[in-house]
Amino acid sequence: MTAVALSGVGKVFNAGRADQVVALTGVDLTVESGQFVSLIGPSGCGKSTLLRLVADLIPLTTGTLTVAGKPARKARLDQEYGIAFQQAGLFEWRTVLRNVELPLELRGTGRRERKRRAEEMLELVGLADFAAHYPAQLSGGMQQRVAIARALAVHPPLLLMDEPFGALDEMTRERLQDELLRICAQTGTSTIFVTHSIPEAVYLSDRVVVMSPRPGRITDVIEIDLGPRSEATRQSAGFFAGITKVRRALRGTPAPASASAEVAAG
Amino acid sequence: MRRRLRLVFGAVAALLLGAALWEGYKAVGSDDGASLFGVRVLPRADDSAMPHVLDILRRFGEPELAGGDPIWLVVLDACLFTLRSVAVGFGVGAVIGLVLAVVMQRFRVVERGLLPYVILSQTVPLIALAPVIAGWGGKLSLGSYPWQPWMSVATIAAYLAFFPIAVGMLRGLHSPAAIAEELMHSYAAGWWRTLVKLRLPASTPYLFPALRLAGAAAVVGAVVGEISTGTRGGVGRLVIEYSREATGDPAKVYTAMIGAALLGLAVAALVGAAEFLLNRRRRVLV
Repeated sequence: MTAVALSGVGKVFNAGRADQVVALTGVDLTVESGQFVSLIGPSGCGKSTLLRLVADLIPLTTGTLTVAGKPARKARLDQEYGIAFQQAGLFEWRTVLRNVELPLELRGTGRRERKRRAEEMLELVGLADFAAHYPAQLSGGMQQRVAIARALAVHPPLLLMDEPFGALDEMTRERLQDELLRICAQTGTSTIFVTHSIPEAVYLSDRVVVMSPRPGRITDVIEIDLGPRSEATRQSAGFFAGITKVRRALRGTPAPASASAEVAAG
Repeated sequence: MRRRLRLVFGAVAALLLGAALWEGYKAVGSDDGASLFGVRVLPRADDSAMPHVLDILRRFGEPELAGGDPIWLVVLDACLFTLRSVAVGFGVGAVIGLVLAVVMQRFRVVERGLLPYVILSQTVPLIALAPVIAGWGGKLSLGSYPWQPWMSVATIAAYLAFFPIAVGMLRGLHSPAAIAEELMHSYAAGWWRTLVKLRLPASTPYLFPALRLAGAAAVVGAVVGEISTGTRGGVGRLVIEYSREATGDPAKVYTAMIGAALLGLAVAALVGAAEFLLNRRRRVLV
């Protein structure tokens, strides 16, 4: 099963104007069901744009994009994905529980089912005791966990995350990485994860997609095979080998001929 | 509890301070005031211009005219009469302001086109506007119910009250972060549900300051409206009537003015109470 399929996807902002920007060009990418794929690259490489295209928050300019076998717009309307951003973006006037209930509410889920599902999700992220709290009463890490619970509340087959741990301290970050992997394994969710941290990408992913700017494009896809993750994984030789590979791919410019060929194709 | 006590203490102290300043100026100020190059810069301090505080308070207990109702009752009645215009004007103004804000938020074009006129509306002098509204009122009726003079006053109050709400709510409706809007978009929520679930709740911090301003504006509008349309029965009318008697009975006009001020305070307190009730429902216990 394919969760997300992109072929020949390009995005141009302000097309035809003086400030035209080619944000993405010639992107081919397939995410299989249950896979964890990270997008990594320097700022301006279009990784967030790519995520927003998948989420149908912005329309694509060229190419085709399907989510769960449907066009992106249909997938969004069917709530085929959950999304989390760098900021938790919780509604401060709602309790934690009601924040997690929000996507269910908008889907028309009944009150009782809503509460049950939201409580289940809070249990999953370890915040069951904070259901009645308001976001302002939680730490940044806890807020981010609520945001993840909210993204998962509709049991989406796909989870889109835009640097969700970017604003957190290293300890919280590593703990949440483990929690995220556990949750994804438990729910069988496919994930596209935008990050600019190489260790984070390697630790979390089955595949790391390396991107490069001007114009934004995929330059390399690195398969990571570390088996089930544990504390020891972070010290393992395979982990460091993966980091080295990704770092090289980020630094080493691929053959310029292929890049210009992609531009021409896009 | 201690906070409330301090609040009451502060209010009483402020009142006493005001009275002390008044009496203090009376004690040291010249009866003719002070003039600089023929322009009076300090008010006259004699008893007909600035009656003693106690005289004003005492005047509340005395009858309005010989053998009539005590003046506190007359002023209270007038304030209640004006309160109706204030309440109706405030309500209508709030609804109009809210609808304008929602429409302006929804359509950029409307915001660009309408906002300058909304601001312009407040620069029209009320004194010029009031007779016009009163004149229209004479030709109107609500179904079989004839137009009453207090309705013209309420219209003027609404004219002033809608403005802070339209401007404040517009800011409030624009206040959600881009990420919150994207989130709603990702949930496939349309305009209406984004309004109800996100924009309106997010704008409450802007709503209550706007409502307070609107409340004060409605009181000013109603009092000035009564004066300039010559509507009988309200506290604005009393201010005018009593000021004509100021030479013979200087304390009297101050009773009406204090009544108008208390009316403003009462309206502000009502808005405050509404805010308190709403916040209690969602209080953050840090």
